[in-house]
Amino acid sequence: MKVTLIDYGAGNVPSVERALQRLGAESQRTSSPECISKAKALLLPGVGHYAALVRALDSHKMRAPLVDAIGRGVPFLGICLGLQVLFKSSEEASELQGLNLLPGLVSALPSSVKLPHMGWNQLEKKRESSLLTGIEAGAYFYFAHSYAAVDSNGMAAATCSYGAEFGAVIEHKNIFAVQFHPEKSGDAGACVLRNFLRIAA
Amino acid sequence: MSLAHRIIPCLDTDGERVVKGVNFSGLRDAGDPAALAARYNAEGADELVVLDIAAARDRRPTFLETIRRVAAELSIPLSAGGGIRTLEDGRAVVRAGADKVTVNTAAVERPQLISELSQEFGAQAVVLAIDAKRAGDHWDVMVRGGRESAHLDALEWARIGVAAGAGEILLTSVDRDGTQSGFDIELVAAVSKAVSVPVIASGGAKLPEHFAQVFTEGAANAALAASIFHDGIQPIGALKEFLAARGIGVRLPC
Repeated sequence: MKVTLIDYGAGNVPSVERALQRLGAESQRTSSPECISKAKALLLPGVGHYAALVRALDSHKMRAPLVDAIGRGVPFLGICLGLQVLFKSSEEASELQGLNLLPGLVSALPSSVKLPHMGWNQLEKKRESSLLTGIEAGAYFYFAHSYAAVDSNGMAAATCSYGAEFGAVIEHKNIFAVQFHPEKSGDAGACVLRNFLRIAA
Repeated sequence: MSLAHRIIPCLDTDGERVVKGVNFSGLRDAGDPAALAARYNAEGADELVVLDIAAARDRRPTFLETIRRVAAELSIPLSAGGGIRTLEDGRAVVRAGADKVTVNTAAVERPQLISELSQEFGAQAVVLAIDAKRAGDHWDVMVRGGRESAHLDALEWARIGVAAGAGEILLTSVDRDGTQSGFDIELVAAVSKAVSVPVIASGGAKLPEHFAQVFTEGAANAALAASIFHDGIQPIGALKEFLAARGIGVRLPC
């Protein structure tokens, strides 16, 4: 099974590719609406500014085929901004519309803590999680963000707390998303990717 | 559940090989960057920094190749820098596989560089490296490998850099660098208090107690060292166990 990697120019695309390669998975980068429509499994890595992702999805006409594919049940994994864009909108660029596939909003983490939330943190499991299968409770994952799905309305299979509690692992039907970077999270991160590949197979 | 304190090995390179030595004098070879990267990735390093301390323009392609080789070994974040003068330089290191771009002298000369990088890659990808040296009642920013004063207050410069879009400060004490006498706790605590972003402390580390002190009294979010890791004086696993035993949150291997 080949994973279609949505490439909008995010810096972490090559590392996601390498992480998939290490797991023996084939991947193909794309920014074409046709390829997204034909994908068997979709992965949206993202890092940086929310607006850059939303604008790229629109300017390459990827939004409609992406929403359509997810609606048809194609397994989807969003990473970092790829999680945030699933919601209606984000405080980082409130004039722009997210994919609006999940109820909830993305907001800034409180300024009572050092931002960005940068480094390795742990999760609190809220319910059974396919992405976290086989991963120990105390495992650490690498985060690098200042905005988060603080209001993830029960969509979170696991949360993380840093200034506020936010959705760190989202699982809803065929929609999977993580706020941390599995491609940078050592063995635990590789395990999350392996779980997604198994779900998608 | 809390954010772990990061332990970050630093690879100073001449573009191609890891080197050791202070201020470009008496450099000696300390190994292949990709081999060291693989070792640190396996030993539980939380992140890796690779710097081109020679930063000669004609050696640029060699350094980019080094970043590619190092990135290929890692499943942890990578920062790269040394001689980043333009947005295009930053793009090149990110394309080569770095997650973060580290800027220093060029940002002092043209602070706009920080904003340009931050707008393109996000604040989380921009590390402002500050080399600070005690000057009476304050710390001076030093540039060009710590050799020249920029006549700028380090705390003020840290605040300006963060306002311009830096997402992290890599703070090196020029006074302590290479001395193995411990971090400059006062400097780290002052900068950490002055800015809203995470601070990586660097310069002077040798003993596990030095790390414990910089995390507790210095309020550092991460600590960086080079030769004590390269030479195996301080294995990363043992260091983390020491810190964990003192109640300092670190990421231990599962």
